Amino acid sequence: MANASEPSTIDPKEAAHFGKMAADWWDPKGSSAMLHKLNPVRLKYIREQIDHHFQTDETSRTPLAGKRAADVGCGAGLLAEPLRRLGADVTAVDAAPENIAAARLHAQGQGLEIDYRVGSADTLDGLYDLVTSLEVIEHVADVRGFVGGLADHLAPGGLLILSTPNRTPQSRLMMITLAEGLGQIPKGTHDWNKFLTPEELCAIVRDAGLDVVDVEGLSFSPTRGFVLSENTSLDYFIAARKA
Amino acid sequence: MERADVIILGGGLVGLTLAIALGKHGVSTIVVDPADPEQTIAKTFDGRATAVSSSSFRMLQAIGVAGRLEGHGCPIQSIQVSDGLAPGGLVFDAEQGDDPLGMMFENRLIRAALFETAKTVPGLNFLPKTRAAEVVRDAAGVRIALEDGRLLAAPLLIGAEGRNSPTRDAAQIPMARWSYDHVAIIQTIEHERPHGNVAYEIFYPAGPFAILPMLPGTRSAIVWSISAADAPATLGLPDRAIAAEIEKRMGGFLGAITLAGPRSSYPLGFHHATQITGERLALVGDAAHGIHPIAGQGLNLGFRDAAALAQVLVEGARLGLDLGDAQLLARYARWRSLDTFMVAASTDTLTRLYGVPGKTASAVRRFGMSLIHRIGPLKDRLMAEARGESGDLPLLLRGLSI
Repeated sequence: MANASEPSTIDPKEAAHFGKMAADWWDPKGSSAMLHKLNPVRLKYIREQIDHHFQTDETSRTPLAGKRAADVGCGAGLLAEPLRRLGADVTAVDAAPENIAAARLHAQGQGLEIDYRVGSADTLDGLYDLVTSLEVIEHVADVRGFVGGLADHLAPGGLLILSTPNRTPQSRLMMITLAEGLGQIPKGTHDWNKFLTPEELCAIVRDAGLDVVDVEGLSFSPTRGFVLSENTSLDYFIAARKA
Repeated sequence: MERADVIILGGGLVGLTLAIALGKHGVSTIVVDPADPEQTIAKTFDGRATAVSSSSFRMLQAIGVAGRLEGHGCPIQSIQVSDGLAPGGLVFDAEQGDDPLGMMFENRLIRAALFETAKTVPGLNFLPKTRAAEVVRDAAGVRIALEDGRLLAAPLLIGAEGRNSPTRDAAQIPMARWSYDHVAIIQTIEHERPHGNVAYEIFYPAGPFAILPMLPGTRSAIVWSISAADAPATLGLPDRAIAAEIEKRMGGFLGAITLAGPRSSYPLGFHHATQITGERLALVGDAAHGIHPIAGQGLNLGFRDAAALAQVLVEGARLGLDLGDAQLLARYARWRSLDTFMVAASTDTLTRLYGVPGKTASAVRRFGMSLIHRIGPLKDRLMAEARGESGDLPLLLRGLSI
């Protein structure tokens, strides 16, 4: 894809950075080790919201059967693949062609059919029952434009799930000083000043015409690892619906 | 190519239990086992019996196996531990109205109940009388070529082949292991007086001797451990002589005895895998850890592996995760590591402690036992261990569906 056609919300420097990591994405001990560790708890949140929102059976393995899902900023498919296994018809987009190449290769190895596209929310077509964009907003240049783009592709009654780090002293300590300092997250992954508080992000989501239905914290416990909690000081999820 | 969510190598008690637990929760399995089921449930194949803990039994209830065992289990209401035939041992009683301390079942009956249940479980593909010729595990998945030429594929491989697990050895998982240089003789006996649902664990310097109550009330299973050097001679004794040796060690309190059933023997050893997971691999049961049968905890440990792994995989499947995902395997390893090691280490210590000959050692043991007797919480803790109720219990062991 030519640079000229890349949507304005993508920061080109950020896209290049993730591209370097692409080959390493699926290695649970590689540079995305932190994302792999986060994945079960992120999926737990998404599953809870799906069951609540769509009134699906929590013991079903395919609660998204017959539904369309879009994952924006999909990386190499750490979330897109589970959404596909949960039964959804998945479209997943990422600004970095290297990520999409890695994602396609991996999905093929897993026998999963996923529509991967290079680009941003404006490469989506039509409406989706579920739109997710996890740990992406903090890398986006125009947050309002980005959230608006996601909202445009949400079907009436659809569910949007976002996650992002909070802008607090704790998140600066944990995610920049410690995690990047100790090499658990590659250096330069995050710019703390771009982080949004839950209040700021909720306001942006509401301005995009959606109802915020849930805000939940993702916190770290030394004994239990990453857990869902009321404590939003490190990182948090927002679930919103379109009326 | 046959595909499933999980391939289990080894369709023994633990492997089949796990397959049934997974199948009941919508996770499909292919179970590969070299043995012929017709033979393994025959009366002559296996004289072993197991003290199924109440939490293990609750899992068998939760996955629909227990109904087939109805009326076949002998509840253990009391466990008496003694140093030789001297008085002053430990007595563990089940509280009135509480679960028994365990239920004694013949292993072959548990196996038969599992085979019967397995036939009714959707998504459980049991392939007996064959084995894996080639196993490949990599980032893409697990692929297996069977000796009969069939090809299998799944995201996860489970090694449940028992103590000599080829899967574990192929994964080059290091083992801590030692032999006790002892052999356990297993023999079912009939005795004159009823056992009153009491299990006896009698420690002799030559090795522990257990009398485990079976049905009907005048039948018990003997687990008699003797030094490996003495084993061939003892095993070669005529029935009447063996019966006399057993009777001598029982101190005559159950009256005259006769042999009922085949005699078998197993070398005793301790082995503990330093890891129970690898790339797209999890070990369960004796493939991961083998302990001294003295406390009847070996199979219960394996059942706890099955319960924890089933929960990890079923919950992972409901999140849409790849079932070979490293995070799922890490959760299983964390969940099981402490429990497994604690039980293994404590039964090993117990065995060594009681293996020390001499009057002083015996006095120390008796003193220790009477001390434990008076300390309520410690005794409760040991009883909970025998029941298998300590630690963060998997749902199945609480009798709940996942």
